[in-house]
This record gives sequence, C-alpha cells and structure tokens, in this order.
Amino acid sequence: MGNKIIELKNISKDYDVRVLNKINLYVNENEFLTLLGPSGCGKTTTLRILGGFEYPTEGDLFFDGKNINNVPPYKRQINTVFQKYALFPHLNIYENIAFGLRIKKTGDGIIKEEVKRMLKLVNLEGFENREIDSLSGGQQQRIAIARALVNKPKVLLLDEPLGALDLKLRKEMQLELKHMQREVGITFVYVTHDQEEALTMSDTVVVMNNGEIQQIGTPVDIYNEPENAFVADFIGESNIIDGIMNEDYLVTFLGRTFKCVDYGFPRNENIHVVLRPEDIVMVPENEGYIKGTVTSTIFKGVHYEMIVNVGTFEILVQSTYQSSVDDRVGLKFTPDDIHIMSKETWSE
Amino acid sequence: MNKKQKFFAYPYVIWMFIFIVLPIVLVFLYSITTKEVNNIKTINFTLNNYKLFFDPLYIGVTIRSINLALVSTILCLVLGYPIAYIISKIHSKHRNTVLLLFILPMWMNMLLRTYAWMTILGNNGIINNFLNMLGLPSIRLLYNNSSIIIGMVYNFLPFMVLPIYTALSKMDQHLVEASHDLGADNRTTFLKVILPLSLPGVISGIIMVFMPAVSSFVIPRLLGGNRSLYIGTLIENLFLVTGDWNFGSAVAIMMMLIILVSMSILNRFDVDKEGSGSNLW
Ligand SMILES: Nc1ncnc2c1ncn2[C@@H]1O[C@H](COP(=O)(O)OP(=O)(O)OP(=O)(O)O)[C@@H](O)[C@H]1O
Ligand SMILES: [Mg+2]
Repeated sequence: MGNKIIELKNISKDYDVRVLNKINLYVNENEFLTLLGPSGCGKTTTLRILGGFEYPTEGDLFFDGKNINNVPPYKRQINTVFQKYALFPHLNIYENIAFGLRIKKTGDGIIKEEVKRMLKLVNLEGFENREIDSLSGGQQQRIAIARALVNKPKVLLLDEPLGALDLKLRKEMQLELKHMQREVGITFVYVTHDQEEALTMSDTVVVMNNGEIQQIGTPVDIYNEPENAFVADFIGESNIIDGIMNEDYLVTFLGRTFKCVDYGFPRNENIHVVLRPEDIVMVPENEGYIKGTVTSTIFKGVHYEMIVNVGTFEILVQSTYQSSVDDRVGLKFTPDDIHIMSKETWSE
Repeated sequence: MNKKQKFFAYPYVIWMFIFIVLPIVLVFLYSITTKEVNNIKTINFTLNNYKLFFDPLYIGVTIRSINLALVSTILCLVLGYPIAYIISKIHSKHRNTVLLLFILPMWMNMLLRTYAWMTILGNNGIINNFLNMLGLPSIRLLYNNSSIIIGMVYNFLPFMVLPIYTALSKMDQHLVEASHDLGADNRTTFLKVILPLSLPGVISGIIMVFMPAVSSFVIPRLLGGNRSLYIGTLIENLFLVTGDWNFGSAVAIMMMLIILVSMSILNRFDVDKEGSGSNLW
C-alpha cells in the first residue's frame, strides 16, 4: 500500500443525462478496491473511464501522478476482465492468453513459459489447445483473468467477473481471486452489486448510487458505520427508524430515549437510527426496552429472521432462537448498536 | 426433428425435387447422350460431349470466364469490405437507411441495370458526351473486358457487401475493446481480431459473387458484345442458336463442377467454428 496509483478528480460523465457526478476517488497500489452499488448506478461507466473506453465529460484522471484523460486504452498499463469475458472465439486458449505478449513482440520461448505459468495460476494446466467454447463459464472467466494478468498490468479492472456463475462456484472464485491478487501483488479495481462479495474480498469499498459516491471505507467501516441511510439499507438488512437527537449521546426513537455513542448533531435534530437485525437481542417481554408482537418468523439456515411489530414500526430481528408468531417479546440492544445518521444525506 | 416438423418439410422436399433435382438429372442425361432423350428406345450414351469440352478452344473459354470472374470478385472484395465496414460503423439510427439505399438497385431487374451501363459507357453515352463537350475525343469504353468487369462489379457488389456487413455487425464490440485493452492499436486490432472474425462473411461474399460472375451471360452479352465467348454466353449460344443441347448440357455440368470445387476449397478457409449464420452455405 501507500502510493496512489489511480486518482479520479471531479470526474463526471454525461450521456443524455448525467450518469456520473463529480467522482473523487483514489486507489492505492496493491489495494483491492470494490465499486459497489445497485444496477445502473454508474459502476461500469467508472470502470470504462479507467480503462479508456469512455472519456469523462469533466474532471481529470491520473495514473501514477500523470494525467491520462486522453491516453487511448492500448497505451494504458491497465488491463480489464470484461463482464462477458470477451475471449477471442477465433483463437484457442494459448493464443488468447498470448495475445498481449504477441503485440509486445515477446519471443516465442518466453510466451510459452508465461502462458504456462498463467494457466497454472488459474488452475487450468494443460488447457493450451482447447477452444474457447469448449470451456465452462468459470473456466472462461479464469482464462479472461489469465489473459489480462499475463501482461503484468499495474492495475486490473474486473467488471462483475463472477456475475454469470452459480453460487458455489462464485464463492470458490472469490477466494481464488483474492488469493491471486495477493500472490501477484496487483491493484484490483473490482465492480459488483453483490454486497457480500464486496465485503469479503475488498480492502476498500466504494458505495455508489445514482452516479455519486455515497461512502468510501473498509468493509468493517461500511458495515458498522454507514454514513447515510442508503448505505445502511444497501449493505445488509437494516432497521432504519426515524428519531430525534436530543443532545450529544442521547437519542429518542420508538417512544423512548436511549443512550448512544454519537455526538455532534444540533439539538433536537431529526435523524435516522440504524439498528442491525443481528445486533438486537430478543428477551422476555418485561426485560426488553421495546415490546412487540412477532408477526412472522423464517428459518434462514444459521438463524431465524423474525419481524416484530412494536406498534408504529416493524423491526427485523435475527436470532438463533426461534419465537412463534403472536408471541409477545422484548427487544434489547446496547448504546454501541445504535447508529445515528443525519437525514439530509438520505439519497434515494 | 419430430414427426410433425418432418411433415411440414414435405412440400419443400417435393419442391426441391421438381425444380432442382429433376432439372439437374435431365441436364446430366442430355450431357451423356447424343441427340434427343425423349425416346428411350433410341437413346444413345456417349462421352463425346465432355471430350469436346476439353478442346483447347473451350478450355480457353473456361479460363477466360474464370479469370474475368476472379477479377470481378477481387474488385468486389476490395471495394465491398471497406463499404461494409463503414456501414457497420454508421450510427444505428441511420444505418438501415444507408443499407436500404445500397440494396435498392438490386430490386431493379439486372437486365435494366446492365442496359443502364450501356448508355453510360456507349460511344454516344454519357461519359463520351461529356468528353466531347470538353472538346476531347471519344474513347472506346464498351465491348471490352473492362466494361464487362464494371458491369459485374456493379451488379454483384451488394452480394459481397451484405454478408461482410452481417458478419461485422454481429461481432461482439467487446472483442474490439478487449484487443485495445491488451495493447493492440487500431491497425493491429483490425488485422488480428476484426478481419479474422469477419472471414466467414468474406467467404460467403466471394462465393455469392464468384458464382453468378462465372456463369453470367447477360453482362458479357450486353457489355462485351459478341467479340469473345464466355461460359455463360457459350451455353446460351449452344442452346438457343446452335441448338446443340447435348454439348450445352455438358458445358453446364462442367461449370457446376467448377463452382462446386471452388466452393469447397473456399469452405476450407472458413474458420468460423460456431457456424454463425453469416455463412450462407
Ligand atoms: N453508452 C451509453 N449511452 C447512454 N447511456 C448509458 C450508456 N452507458 C451507460 N448508460 C447509462 O448510464 C447509467 C450507468 O450505467 P452503468 O453501466 O455504469 O451502470 P452499472 O452500475 O454498471 O449497472 P449494472 O450493475 O446494471 O451493470 C445507466 O443509467 C445507463 O443506462
Ligand atoms: Mg455494469
């Protein structure tokens, strides 16, 4: 880590409408950075600007400190793994991987070695002479990665590379990708709309919505300290409750006043309170801060997911203990579990 | 194919038999007999018609026709590829209009289109009139090989452009981006990605142009005058003027063979492994 390898300064992109608005972002060397956001929020567009396939309408793009706004893709030390892989159908695996090296006029002996090394890295040894369409989706995806990595780019861009795979293969490839990134020591800029994928793989997560960055942080930060309701809502399931910040460390919601750890809001400011379902503890009715009736309960494999009606609000609770529908229960949480967000940053 | 679908194919099979297989069988029968074949009792088999075909005179005709067709095909390719490429690059809003403008002349009868060239190239044609107006002497444009080639290129160019255009427009644009991404500039990308991927279209185009070009008789007849024979005009002469149906049939069969052989040679170059449909055969 350390050096900024890529920096976006006030990058905007207009098609018929504005799809990216003043993106400011930097990527450190050897970092695994993920752009996360719902469909259409501008992730691919951002990545295509980095790759050089689109030019920003406004703003500046720096690579290693140099402005590369007008540098065509073939002169950038960046390689891309495309969403649909885009492997060349008229070439076999060997020639697909060798493509970039041949352009650089690398000698045949070195090409042979490098291709072999790459196939080993992506766990497809001996596939040199296979045709592209004889490969499964997961294998094609790994060839696409090998084809990009063989050029030893400084930065690798990956656009939802696991999107087409089934769940099990996706989990395996997530681990493999992360492993490869550590092994080869390359900066990854990764695009996904799968929050779990983003949280498990990344060093840094950039949450986007409507062409704007909502929050940049480590997965833990993003998860525990969402800066606004959009992030809280998008990352995991959350209870977002209207409340009033009475004073520093004191908040009122659902008819009661609680201690909390947040401060710095104006007195009696209207705010949002975020309560994670897994942070809430279900207790007998008389022990809870808030009382309610269970209206639904679903088994989710590791835990039960229950909805508790507390009169003005329905709270989502996750617990390893099951309560039945119509049970009266109490809910408890600690001041640490209460996350306060100001209302202006609500952006949906 | 299930039974029902098979059933639906019957009319086509019958149609094919009556209009394609039967005539070929008849032509073949004529080519290996002497005189009429309508009386089975007097039928007389012979290979003389084929022997005659290998007479230097007719071999010369064949070579001349193939040469002419080759030159026309190459010219169509050289002109057609850039045209197809440009059309495929036009913004999708206007692309169909341009394509339509390009195909429009094909809706007109080929005879008319060729006549049009006679009035352009003729001694009193548009070009010579224009030259005379400028005080220049007339030049002889009609009734030579170039006028035949002009006519062929004009008539058959769309058959080259369309399959190439189809292949190009079907190509995944991400492949071009992937090539740029891997360091290839525009020229290298064209040579290493775009051209090989459009090859099936090119091959279809070559076949579609070469076939009618080698057998055409309208164009050599109208634009070439009667100065030299080509396979097409030879067959026409044998059937309509000399009335030698047997030898005419033999020449026709030989021409079919030539086309078949050249087609199968070309198909060998077909690198398109998924049979992506731009291959018309
Ligand atoms: N070439 C284009 N012309 C016009 N609008 C475009 C173009 N490319 C993208 N857009 C628009 O820009 C917005 C952002 O698109 P983008 O592809 O970046 O979204 P995304 O975050 O990658 O979404 P997804 O998760 O669905 O891939 C969308 O509203 C899209 O319709
Ligand atoms: Mg996308």
